Amino acid sequence: MTAETQATIRAFIVENFLFGDESHPLPADLSLIDNDLIDSTGILELVGFLEERFAIKVADADIVPANLDTIGRIAGFISRKQAA
Amino acid sequence: MRIEQYLRQSAARDGAKTAIVAGDLRLSYHRFLDLSARMATTLRAGGVARGDRVLILLDNGWQAAVAVLATWLAGAVICPVNPSTKAPRLSQIAADCTPALVITEARLERLVAGVAELADTPRLATGEAGSFEAGLNAAPLPAEDLPDSDLAALIYTSGSTGVPKGVMLAHDNMDAAARSIAFYLENTAADTLLVVLPMSFGYGLNQLVTAILTGATLVIEKSFAFPQAVFERIRDERVTGFALVPAMAAMMMQARDLDPALFANLRYITSAAAPLPPAHLDWLRAFLPHVRVFCMYGQTECTRIAYLPPGEIEARRGSVGIAIPGVRTEVVDEAGVAVPPGTVGELVVTGANVMRGYWRNEAATRKALRPDPRTGAMRLHTGDLFIADADGYLTFVSRTDDIIKSRGEKVAPKAVEDVLHRMPGIAEALVVGVPHDVLGQAVKALVVASDTALTERDVMRFCAQNLEDHMVPKIVEFRQSLPRTDSGKASRRLAAEPAPITGSNA
Repeated sequence: MTAETQATIRAFIVENFLFGDESHPLPADLSLIDNDLIDSTGILELVGFLEERFAIKVADADIVPANLDTIGRIAGFISRKQAA
Repeated sequence: MRIEQYLRQSAARDGAKTAIVAGDLRLSYHRFLDLSARMATTLRAGGVARGDRVLILLDNGWQAAVAVLATWLAGAVICPVNPSTKAPRLSQIAADCTPALVITEARLERLVAGVAELADTPRLATGEAGSFEAGLNAAPLPAEDLPDSDLAALIYTSGSTGVPKGVMLAHDNMDAAARSIAFYLENTAADTLLVVLPMSFGYGLNQLVTAILTGATLVIEKSFAFPQAVFERIRDERVTGFALVPAMAAMMMQARDLDPALFANLRYITSAAAPLPPAHLDWLRAFLPHVRVFCMYGQTECTRIAYLPPGEIEARRGSVGIAIPGVRTEVVDEAGVAVPPGTVGELVVTGANVMRGYWRNEAATRKALRPDPRTGAMRLHTGDLFIADADGYLTFVSRTDDIIKSRGEKVAPKAVEDVLHRMPGIAEALVVGVPHDVLGQAVKALVVASDTALTERDVMRFCAQNLEDHMVPKIVEFRQSLPRTDSGKASRRLAAEPAPITGSNA
């Protein structure tokens, strides 16, 4: 599940923030912000995608780096949300 | 007064007071001055002499604050550059300002090394065990007596052709602006300011300058990507002053369950860089009734021009306010003569805050700084059209050129078009700004493709590889031909008007 979730998130990032550029390795622990992969408007797009694709509800208070700054954290956040 | 003198004075007044909060790190005024003086010695040892430029390519962080103050203590000139800058523009800036030294993030070293103009330039890189951190072990540079007429900063801004121009601000220019701003914002040592805007940007840098002028605390945040994290910081550090751009206000408005209690200690919000839409202003005032909202207007060329006193918001709907203290504004016709209230004209500015000119660019300087035809006094021509009312309150009308303001940052259409014209598969392109809820304006590209397989994604990807984020088109529209004037010239003005899509590659 987590590997599949991570792959889905990675595909979304490549498609929407790298415009299909596959040359970035994007390891699961890479900070998306520190490496300029996502900017502030991008996070909102990402949240919209997560809510729709994974049927979760994301509160403003959830939109913090601890939940969303790496592909690994996003996947963990989704499983916690789905379990809740 | 020189700006580093602010730091010395604030450190002498209350050395134990917290100057900088960045991540988990807190620096007292004493420590901030000490680290900056040590870094100044390292800069000198690296070959930086008085008047030399130090190119600072850093994220927001305590290192950026130390790098800026160290450069001034060493008698040199900061050239702050946004760390998201791509190689071609970095190369143009480096060729123009010929820095004596570069201070950069470890992750950006490869970018810097790939720029031919910087290949032989000494470099300090931040990061664990980085040369920047090692440079903080040097002995502090003894205080030197330097004039405030020396240059403090070269800040590059996009001209209408897209070629960056270096705005020369002397210490006395920045000093005049900083004192005027701190006066009307009523800043004191009791303030805690939060800067999330890039300090490579005049408005962001100004937060640091205001903080050290008044002995306030500066909380440095790297990114607004996670607004909630920034708002929690505002709550935890009891922030009193928050500088934002309209795009950030738009993001606050989009939040679903934002708690006003996060902003309990906030005294004021400032908005600059682009006009704050009245809807955003009304929302901020309704959401945070205890917070004074200052709409402001300025240019890198003089830092700040006008502000709207919060008490005047109702009476002066849509106005960016009146000249800041110590600054004179006039709306003039093409001959440079003041026009009557209510008439559209170009805004010109006189004051000690006005730049010395553009670095090594006589032609651009002569265009921007022109004598008043009556008195001969030098005035800054803003290139912005305004209307003034009988009391001098200014309302923005439009630019005199095609510059797009997206997310508060200037985008020269020509710079984006140049990249598009280099892209294989594109025959012709025009770039315009279109209204956008969050960004103010969004960059839109009209493209005539020579390769029918070309997609919107392809165009955006190519742009993302060659342009800073805010310059990458949000909308790509394929056309059979570009809109042209009667004389056959491709026209951005006509392109900005809606037209039927005549062809699509998507």
